[in-house]
Amino acid sequence: MTIFLFFIVSIIIITSSLLVILSKNPIHSVLFLILVFFNTAILFLFSGAEFLAMILLIVYIGAVAVLFLFVIMMLDINTAKLRQSFLNYLPIGLFVGFVILLELLYVVSQSKLNFLSKNITENKITNEIFENTKIIGNVLYTDYFLLFQLSGIILLVAMIGAILLTLRKREGAKKQNIYKQILKK
Amino acid sequence: MEIPITYYLYLSVIIFTIGLIGIFLNRKNLIVVLMSIELILLSANINFVAFADYYQNIAGQIYVFFNLSVSAAEAAVGLAIMVTFFRKKDSIHVDDINSLKG
Repeated sequence: MTIFLFFIVSIIIITSSLLVILSKNPIHSVLFLILVFFNTAILFLFSGAEFLAMILLIVYIGAVAVLFLFVIMMLDINTAKLRQSFLNYLPIGLFVGFVILLELLYVVSQSKLNFLSKNITENKITNEIFENTKIIGNVLYTDYFLLFQLSGIILLVAMIGAILLTLRKREGAKKQNIYKQILKK
Repeated sequence: MEIPITYYLYLSVIIFTIGLIGIFLNRKNLIVVLMSIELILLSANINFVAFADYYQNIAGQIYVFFNLSVSAAEAAVGLAIMVTFFRKKDSIHVDDINSLKG
């Protein structure tokens, strides 16, 4: 039953990720990207990663995909003009893609991985006492604490960079001049 | 539990290739290039989660967590660069990005 669901979800993921790169309208691409993320969240649930599935829904669909949608709607792109020389890079793109696909498929098919022999370590992803979220919290705030703070710094830098890149001076914008305000005549 | 890990690997290989081909095909639209990069990162995340289940080790899921935060930052900065570029040149064609004469 699970394997049947896995195949359905995989087919949906592959089809909609093909439609992401092939659809003419960028808004359709974003909507299919949302479908890919949603089905990947279901896959994560199959693997016992409940917390990451919910994070994927919140962060990717709620933040990143909506950000894409906002930017596409703001930019007013001429879609017909965008597709003019679509076929210029098709042969080399397909060539590189298929070479990499065949190599990776060969590597995976030759792998000695056997899903019956699982190596159990001390940090199990699920057990009877704690659920997945609690285990992630226990490890993330102790063993990986410095990396956690580092990812916070990365997000801060990205936020400052995005604000700074899109900032522009406009006429008539009301602004506080602190020097003028506290200057004693 | 009963899904073999090689199925996850095949799925992530296919998604990776679709993302890679998407970068090549959509030379005229920078937004779809960014979306293809998101697809590639997603395929890596599927691998990490599958191996975390395979080895029953939580470190894979922790790494996916960091990967998500980095890709969110990348999307934010990439879209900001794209908005700035659109203001300058009034287009987001990949072929118009030639100011560095590369």
